[in-house]
Amino acid sequence: MNQLGFPILTLLIALPVFGAIACLFADAKAARWIALGATLINFALGIWLWAAYQIGGPQWQFVESLPLFGRFGWSLGIDGIALMLIELSVFLMPICVLASWESISKRVPEYMAALLLTEALMLGVFEAQDLFLFYLFFEAGLIPMYLIIGIWGGAERIYASYKFFLYTLLGSVLMLIAMLWMANYAHTTSIPVLMRTDFPAAAQTWLFLAFFASFAVKMPMWPFHTWLPDAHVQAPTAGSVILAGVLLKMGGYGFIRFSLPMFPIASAQLFWLIASLSGVAIVYTSLVALVQQDMKKLIAYSSVAHMAFVTFGLFAFNRQGLEGSLLVMLSHGLVSGALFLCVGVVYDRLHTREISRYGGVSNNMPRYAMLFMLFTMASVGLPGTSGFVGEFLSMMGIYGASTWAAFVATTGIVLGAAYMLFLYRRVAQGPLDKPDVAAMRDLSARELWLLVPIALVVLWMGVYPESFMAPMRNDVGVVLSRVDPVWHGGDSRLATGAKSVTVAAAEAH
Amino acid sequence: MTSGYLWETLPELILSVGAMLLLLVAAWQGDGATRGIGWASVGLLLAAGLSLLGPAGNGGMAFGGLYHADSFAAFAKVLIYLGAAVSILIAPNWFARGGALRAEYPILILLSSAGMGMMVSAGDLLTLYVGLELQSLAAYVLASFMRRDTRSAEAGLKYFILGALASGILLYGIALLYGFSGTTQFGGIASVFRLPAPHEVQVGRLMGLIFLLSGLFFKASIVPFHMWTPDVYEGAPTPVTAFFASAPKVAAVALLVRVAVEALGPATEAWRQIISVVGIASIVWGALAAIVQTNIKRLLAYSSINNVGFAVLGLVAGTAEGVASVLFYMAVYIVMTLGSFLCVMQMRDAEGNQVETIASLSGLSRTRPWLAAAMAMFMFSLAGLPPLFGFWPKWEVFQAVVQIGWWPLAALGIAASVIGAYYYLKIVKIMYFDEPAPEFAPRESRLEGGLIALSAAAISPLGYLAIPYLGAATACAAKALF
Repeated sequence: MNQLGFPILTLLIALPVFGAIACLFADAKAARWIALGATLINFALGIWLWAAYQIGGPQWQFVESLPLFGRFGWSLGIDGIALMLIELSVFLMPICVLASWESISKRVPEYMAALLLTEALMLGVFEAQDLFLFYLFFEAGLIPMYLIIGIWGGAERIYASYKFFLYTLLGSVLMLIAMLWMANYAHTTSIPVLMRTDFPAAAQTWLFLAFFASFAVKMPMWPFHTWLPDAHVQAPTAGSVILAGVLLKMGGYGFIRFSLPMFPIASAQLFWLIASLSGVAIVYTSLVALVQQDMKKLIAYSSVAHMAFVTFGLFAFNRQGLEGSLLVMLSHGLVSGALFLCVGVVYDRLHTREISRYGGVSNNMPRYAMLFMLFTMASVGLPGTSGFVGEFLSMMGIYGASTWAAFVATTGIVLGAAYMLFLYRRVAQGPLDKPDVAAMRDLSARELWLLVPIALVVLWMGVYPESFMAPMRNDVGVVLSRVDPVWHGGDSRLATGAKSVTVAAAEAH
Repeated sequence: MTSGYLWETLPELILSVGAMLLLLVAAWQGDGATRGIGWASVGLLLAAGLSLLGPAGNGGMAFGGLYHADSFAAFAKVLIYLGAAVSILIAPNWFARGGALRAEYPILILLSSAGMGMMVSAGDLLTLYVGLELQSLAAYVLASFMRRDTRSAEAGLKYFILGALASGILLYGIALLYGFSGTTQFGGIASVFRLPAPHEVQVGRLMGLIFLLSGLFFKASIVPFHMWTPDVYEGAPTPVTAFFASAPKVAAVALLVRVAVEALGPATEAWRQIISVVGIASIVWGALAAIVQTNIKRLLAYSSINNVGFAVLGLVAGTAEGVASVLFYMAVYIVMTLGSFLCVMQMRDAEGNQVETIASLSGLSRTRPWLAAAMAMFMFSLAGLPPLFGFWPKWEVFQAVVQIGWWPLAALGIAASVIGAYYYLKIVKIMYFDEPAPEFAPRESRLEGGLIALSAAAISPLGYLAIPYLGAATACAAKALF
């Protein structure tokens, strides 16, 4: 079966499902504890999974497969990329439960059940090794998220929940038709086999576009991003953390799992499309973020800009780009999640997200201001934080693919610093002249438990990213071996041998 | 007649002889025996279902090809009997509130089921017509079963007039086909269609095909022959609506499949285009028109139009896989639709009167959380969203369509399904996001609660475990036609 001798991946999915069912039968208090217990056990299982994962071992580990459904199977298995995204999910989920501990007061059992179901389905997406099993998990995640936004969201929640649902649904249905075509062509539904299948070049373009429709919406890429600010602003804090932290990563995961290795020719041909959309996204959404009055909206737009770094790096077709993108995904999951939590902290006290309603909170909330600053810096990409490593590597990758693209992407770094620092200045610094702001308490112990673990991981990833990169290295190599032969190479290669220099530089880093 | 034919037509014999005996009982005992007759009818349906295990399920042709006792018919009959039995079981409680339940109700359903059995077993245009009329005549009476309710009477009258029109169209098609092929047997028509013919004859055959299909589209309420559906569904008593939305739908779609494949198989290219157009039209119109509905029964009527549109897309493939996907679709559809009508039947105000407005579902998740959860599952499942089981029949259908290379049609159909998702989401939104409306009267029947729970479990993700069995059964049934 696998190296542990028991189906740990199934357990990771089953545990939250059973927790969700138990929550429905419990009262509010018990539901909170059930949810916290289930997510913490899942977190422990996740740590165990990481410890048992053999770096440099077989590509697919913890494999389990049951031909349960006739036309497709219950096949699970992970590689390093999936492993890291699973770690991100199981790490963020207990934090989401804790973040909702007091701020969610109505219909708590249903809320916790929805959170746990979301976790199960997200983990399923990263673990699935069967095309249709993947699709099931991928789509099913919409239902609990729709309920979370619609029931527990803000004033405009109904519009936001519809927009979220229908937008992402429309994106993914076309992917299903492409999947049916692929399964008929290759006579298999196994993702590992399909990753080695060479589809005809003419079909690849169509298949790529069908998958692109789904992942670009999920990611989200400009101009398919408009659901995100609405959903983020209206969702409760924990909902925003899940959305930014994990759900957006499904898009990037989809690109690296499906688009690049399965349709390498189309990926190389459509580089111009991805690069121009990402370029526009970086500049445009950064500028939009700069003028936002709503804290959550600002962070939502910054997410779109960060995700554009991911797509840029993924479609740079070199090792730095791919690894950088993956790190940006992990780092953004942590940092934007933490920033949404920071917004939640002050929102719980003052019940407004208007930036202008705050000011000078560093005077009365020093602990909060310090953590907020750390996450702001990580979002900007300051060396020593997780944001730097990923962004630096993907910038390097982008430079290898196209120098012009690298130029555009760099403006994003500058603008990113501008809007984040501007946000921090308006919220934390300046005179403390508003009496209700001055009356706010500093972080409670529960809130410290939310933010400090993320802060520690952010620093860890910034100082020693090797822990996170090592499991993914071989799998990035696998993807590269599929796309490298068809990529024409970038415009930055002046002489032969230059490529090996950049690789060496990346590894030295 | 040899005794072998007796065994092959046993389900219809059980139902028709049983129905007549029960009619005598009803005449002697009056309405006091209604409950007993109801249970006896369910017993008869069960017996008819069990008789399919014998030669009736795979006995081949009977009466010189007029009647086919094959596994295709058997599969459809199981679904029909299931729908009929549930419609009988749920009736007493509903009629106890809305008006007296008369003993004819279960008997009419039995007769209708016998007619539907003839429809799906038809091997000849005449058997087809006789079966269809038997089913329809019983259905007209059922629609106007609440004689004192003007809406019910209106529904019956509308159904009758439009149904008679459709029968006329159908008969005209039958006449044309007979005229241009010289036979009414499905096999004979197919062999004549294979022969080359002068242009005029081909046009004549095509006209016959179009009229015949139009008549069948009416029975299956496929756009543009769907206009009667919302009115009849709204006006008819809810258990009757549940019946209309389940059993006759299966019968009509199965008959359509059999006629298209067995009689008109050589003309696949011709009807394939027609069916893909009306299928997409049903999906789109069923979705768009449902958005503005305020009555839950009308909404479910459009939902059934939408879903049948998906089901017949599987027929476009024209292959055994395609036919299997249609049967698969109808099997899951019948569970979803019966489940949602069972939920609708729970909608009663404090005095016990039926309410049918969608607005009255508002905030149901807080007043009746389990009922709301079941209803939400049926809605998501009808919309075809994973992980609910309603996703899988859509998968089967699109798989069959993509297999013959018609992926643009599949893409169109699935994109249109997003429009449908909107109104299903609207129901969920009303139940979960809105403030509670006045509470419904508590559920009185344990049977109904059990049936809701059973159908909800069947369309939950647990349903996926049934794919191998259901897939094998539909594949076996589909093979009977090829």
